[in-house]
Amino acid sequence: MAEKRYKTKPLDCWNEAKQLRQNYYENFVKAHEIGGVRWAGGAWSFSAVPAGLGDDIYSLTGEPYGATVAYNKDFAEECHEAIEAKGYARDLCAYMRNYWGSIVLNKYVWGGEWPKPDFLWTTHICCSHAKWYQVAGELEGGIPYFCVDVSVGPYNEVNERRLNYIVSQMIDGIEWMEKVTGRKYDDEKLIQAVYNECRATSLWAEICTLNKAVPAPLDEKTMYSLYVMGTLMKHRKECADFYEKLRDEVKERVANQIAAVGNERFRVMTDTQPPWAFLELWRYLQEYGVVSIGSLYTFGLIGIFEVKEDGTWGPRTTPQEQGIEIETREQALRVLAEWTLSRPEWQHFYSPELKSDMMKRIVKEWHVDGVMLHYNRGCEGLSMGIAENKLALKEAGIPVMHFEGNMGDEREFDLERTRAEIDAFLEILGAR
Amino acid sequence: MQQNLFEKFHEWYENRHEYAREWKEKTRGKVLGYFCTYAPEELIYAAGVLPVRILGSHEAQSVTEPHIFAMFCPLCRDCLAQGLQGRYDYLDGIMIAQCCLHMRQAFTSWRKHVPLDYSYYLYMPHGVQTPRAYPYLRGELADFKKSLEEWTGKKITDQDLDHAIEVYNENRHLMKRVYEFRKERNPKLMGLEAMEMVVSSQMIDKEEHNQALKELLKELPERNVKREAGTRLMILGSEDDDTEFLRMVESTGATFVIEDHCTGSRYFWNEVVPQKDRLSAIAARYIDRSPCPSKDWPERTRLPHILKLAKDYNVEGALLIQQKFCDPHELDIPAIRSHLEKNGIPTYFLEFDVTVPVGQFKTRVEAFLETFQLPTDLF
Repeated sequence: MAEKRYKTKPLDCWNEAKQLRQNYYENFVKAHEIGGVRWAGGAWSFSAVPAGLGDDIYSLTGEPYGATVAYNKDFAEECHEAIEAKGYARDLCAYMRNYWGSIVLNKYVWGGEWPKPDFLWTTHICCSHAKWYQVAGELEGGIPYFCVDVSVGPYNEVNERRLNYIVSQMIDGIEWMEKVTGRKYDDEKLIQAVYNECRATSLWAEICTLNKAVPAPLDEKTMYSLYVMGTLMKHRKECADFYEKLRDEVKERVANQIAAVGNERFRVMTDTQPPWAFLELWRYLQEYGVVSIGSLYTFGLIGIFEVKEDGTWGPRTTPQEQGIEIETREQALRVLAEWTLSRPEWQHFYSPELKSDMMKRIVKEWHVDGVMLHYNRGCEGLSMGIAENKLALKEAGIPVMHFEGNMGDEREFDLERTRAEIDAFLEILGAR
Repeated sequence: MQQNLFEKFHEWYENRHEYAREWKEKTRGKVLGYFCTYAPEELIYAAGVLPVRILGSHEAQSVTEPHIFAMFCPLCRDCLAQGLQGRYDYLDGIMIAQCCLHMRQAFTSWRKHVPLDYSYYLYMPHGVQTPRAYPYLRGELADFKKSLEEWTGKKITDQDLDHAIEVYNENRHLMKRVYEFRKERNPKLMGLEAMEMVVSSQMIDKEEHNQALKELLKELPERNVKREAGTRLMILGSEDDDTEFLRMVESTGATFVIEDHCTGSRYFWNEVVPQKDRLSAIAARYIDRSPCPSKDWPERTRLPHILKLAKDYNVEGALLIQQKFCDPHELDIPAIRSHLEKNGIPTYFLEFDVTVPVGQFKTRVEAFLETFQLPTDLF
């Protein structure tokens, strides 16, 4: 165990984060009791759009749900076996299989029966997403389903036509939602949700930016429990408010040199979703004074960044900070589409070079000593181009290792082998 | 003569690289490799460029290991291997029309590691069931056209587009006519022959291919088929140009009478319906074509299409094949199996890799075919 060098303390807002997450999953179950509406879709979905249906609209986003199942190894295995028995391949997205398995078993990971959504609303970002909810709808016995295609290329090639394609689909989606719910759509609620989303995702980027500090005020394992709010409800006021409170607390930690890992001597970053059932590895790193400061995934799946005047990465300036007043439905959808396409964890779908450049930026600005890539068999979307990222990092002289695993299917993760690989990497870094 | 009706297509399929090199030598034109059949070949052809589909060679290799994580499909790795090994060294450029993540990865790695004059990523929509896709793709095609013009230094006129559309439509029409002969009680062609005909059309100047098809159609009606059809099979699933597998199955006495592959009917089933605005017409063709599963949502339009094919071609059983790790097809196969079986068509599933274990597959396929035999009395 490396010597302690910095003060540490738990986050003051930790319990609030836990409560917020618990409320989210409970509210979804109880939505019908209060006459509310339940929808399900991907964490990448334009969640601000259904918000225009009312204040009693509750969502269940599939990926964080799948990750929660993954953390519960026994239930995950039950889910996998249930869906494999239906003929689905075991190399498909592990989150998707956890989600489908829950439907087949009629079991909610938080207890009780599976809460059937009233409609499905998602975006197609990888080969799985549109098909995920197509199959989910079938397994549920038929649920109204709308999917927005966002495959218009990376942010640096966005133009009016590409935005129009996405915005026009969302306009159609709103008409569709009115039909399937019988509710009148409220543009004001949409506009507010868009503001919330921009505020929440910019704040998360700011929180991640604060982690450039040495010692790091947050470690990645803790960040997993915090970024998740953005994957659940990035469009909701309570999410943005929570991130504001968290940002203030992290700022204070930086000012007072309060570390996430008291013995911080080395800093690493990872890539893609972790093997959720084996987060003990992140604690194992800490035994050697190694803190994982995050990853492009932890930062950029939710955080929206921009290059600041000094050339470094920081939180993107929100429309409200720019004094932009959103007045119409179409304008709100346009802001939302443009904002969403700038998400860092999207660009790699078009070019491994874009992702490699962002990773190299993180290495430099966050003072990273080495990179640990998770070759994640459970998610082909975020594993796309990962081997090219590895080559690019090596070419840049950055120490890099990879370990193979699966974010949501523990049958494909070898803990001891991975630990041995990490040991070797720590020796190379000089930490062990 | 009659025995060699399909020889030309076989030669083209086997000698695709020699053909392209000779074409270049002869025409001084450019050759553009494409990665997915959503590539709007009409535009490329109208630019005077030869579009050539990049496919693998079905040989074990390790050159792609540093570039593509091994959980991605064998096809994308096999295709990239061809580029890294210099097998397509005659290409002047490559392009992709947005498709699955796997092929996109092969494209981006090729673009990065194989020096080329030109590369283009066409943002082909996935949402082909939304009417919003038509104007969007029309705009993307306009960008691609402009890019081709800048690359070749040649303006693509409406006449060029009309000619390309005509040639491509003729090719589709002629191949569909050939396919009519697969409906016969004793089909005039084997599945392997059909496969080589279609796949070669993805590598050959379509006008030349059309000529060969016309020659074929003169002789085909009179072809003396010396074998019974045996069990009439359909094959469907991921990309498939595994000729060895088809040869093996048909050697057991069965016949593939139809397929749903991007190397088969899915490639040419729909024609461009002419419109005044040529780019809109081409866009509509690619949006309305028989979809790849990665684009078949929210409705499952493949199910009625595949069932119709099965009925039209009097299919008795279906082999569903999938390139290992091919997520789009893995996501469709359970629904397709169920749909076919509910409609009285037994199915059998096989997972393909770069090379196929022919011996093992033969045993499995024979077991499946045995289920079609009438029970015999013990005494």
